[in-house]
Amino acid sequence: MNFFVEPFTSNEFMMLALIAGSLVSLTCAIAGTFVVLRGLAFVGDALAHGLLPGIAIAILLGFSGVIGAAVGAGVMMGGVGLVQRKLRLSGDTAVGLLFVGMLSLGVIITSRSDEFVGDLTRILFGQLLGVNSTDVVWQVIALVVVALIAFVCRRPFLLLTIDEGLTSTSGFSVRLFHNLLLVVVGITVVASFQTVGTLLVLGMLVAPAATGALFARRIESMMIIAGVVGILSTYTGLLLSYHFDLAAGASIVLVAVAIFALSATLHEIRSAQRRHDELPHAHGHVHL
Amino acid sequence: MTSSTIRAEHLTVGYGHRAVVDHIDFTLELGDLLVLIGTNGSGKSTLLKTLAGLIEPVSGTLEVSGGRAGSQPKTVAYLPQHPVSSHTLPLCVHDVVGMGRFARLGLFGRSNDDDRRVVLESMRRTGIDSQADRPLRDLSGGQQQRAQLAQVLTREANVLLLDEPTAGLDITGRRLVNDIIEQERLRGVTVVMATHELSDAERATSVMLLAQRVVAFGPPAEALRDVHLRECFGFTQPH
Repeated sequence: MNFFVEPFTSNEFMMLALIAGSLVSLTCAIAGTFVVLRGLAFVGDALAHGLLPGIAIAILLGFSGVIGAAVGAGVMMGGVGLVQRKLRLSGDTAVGLLFVGMLSLGVIITSRSDEFVGDLTRILFGQLLGVNSTDVVWQVIALVVVALIAFVCRRPFLLLTIDEGLTSTSGFSVRLFHNLLLVVVGITVVASFQTVGTLLVLGMLVAPAATGALFARRIESMMIIAGVVGILSTYTGLLLSYHFDLAAGASIVLVAVAIFALSATLHEIRSAQRRHDELPHAHGHVHL
Repeated sequence: MTSSTIRAEHLTVGYGHRAVVDHIDFTLELGDLLVLIGTNGSGKSTLLKTLAGLIEPVSGTLEVSGGRAGSQPKTVAYLPQHPVSSHTLPLCVHDVVGMGRFARLGLFGRSNDDDRRVVLESMRRTGIDSQADRPLRDLSGGQQQRAQLAQVLTREANVLLLDEPTAGLDITGRRLVNDIIEQERLRGVTVVMATHELSDAERATSVMLLAQRVVAFGPPAEALRDVHLRECFGFTQPH
């Protein structure tokens, strides 16, 4: 039993990491549900990488990395919309161009200063074991804001997952609510980068929600499953990290992806079984 | 006071400045059924999207349900051609149909017993009520089409814009859809429907044959004359 509990009860940093990781899991469960259903995984990934130059510039200027991340996310979201509207490029081309542009800018800024040697690793892969109570407070605020926006906008967000035409003819502005959805993803990414880093945040955003999509019949249950999978991944990942000296963020994301792979396999087996049961009898006798 | 629910004058529809169909003129009254017939790419969906307010008219005048197209979400309902990314959507049929009430509920309205009654009634009318608790993605194409039609009916709109509502349905399904359209017309609903099926036009008030222009417009017997069908499709219907 000690194997499972003692790391968290004996080490304050582990307990803080578990709390922070769980909060991030819940935030990602809400945002990730819409990301998976609306097909925004690439946008989420690009947003996460777009944070890098913002964080780097903020650290250079002596500001908090979170503020820089928020500005980076804002620039990325605005840039994607602008390129799509003005240049008539497909969505993934516009996102891809900004994605590599922002990432390159971030790497150039960080490579020009020795101060970033440790910070770059922390930004890319997170520093979950180094979170403090102030970070946790910010993550609570992010969770509340994301939950509030998702609750108020649940109807247009749901319609957007089905059809933009349906959204528009139901009286909701497609541009407004799509942008609000991007804001939700942006807040989630900013709140999550300290935990799993900008490279791995997509895993927490997509893997638990994709697991939920396999089994859920309602959006709410998809979010609940995603939240449970996220928290379970956080706990298991931290435990593996503690006992086997592994990178915490990467361990968490790997567990989340493994849970998805396992769930998808089980789901396929169940579906195949159901299809088999529904087939008419192949044997020759007559049922009376 | 006029009873017209859709009025188009010198209307040109298209994308941006590119016209797809021009010189469209018609007026529909309460309970009218206009059937749009044409090959793929003939402009049926473009015209329906314009009526729904999803794309701006290139030029001309268009009034739908007493206002600009797209400005009356509570009174105009639109069924798109391929509406659902059903392979990932974890929603049961009941919830998908219930989304039709969102136009009336807006962001903050709370659904009540009346909303629930309308949802159940719409599912019953389209024959999808027995599948209410099943995930939409587990349903056949025809069943999904019925669920989408049920969602449109829950809007309780005065104008229905239906883009190929009978596509993918068997003969029973097609008859059901046409019967529902008749019931809606009896309660004064104006319907504009795009279809490939000439038989869907039998009960129409008027038919518009499209081939990137208006080939013919008028009562079915007039619009569906052999000379027009040959011009539109290159063949005539068997007698």
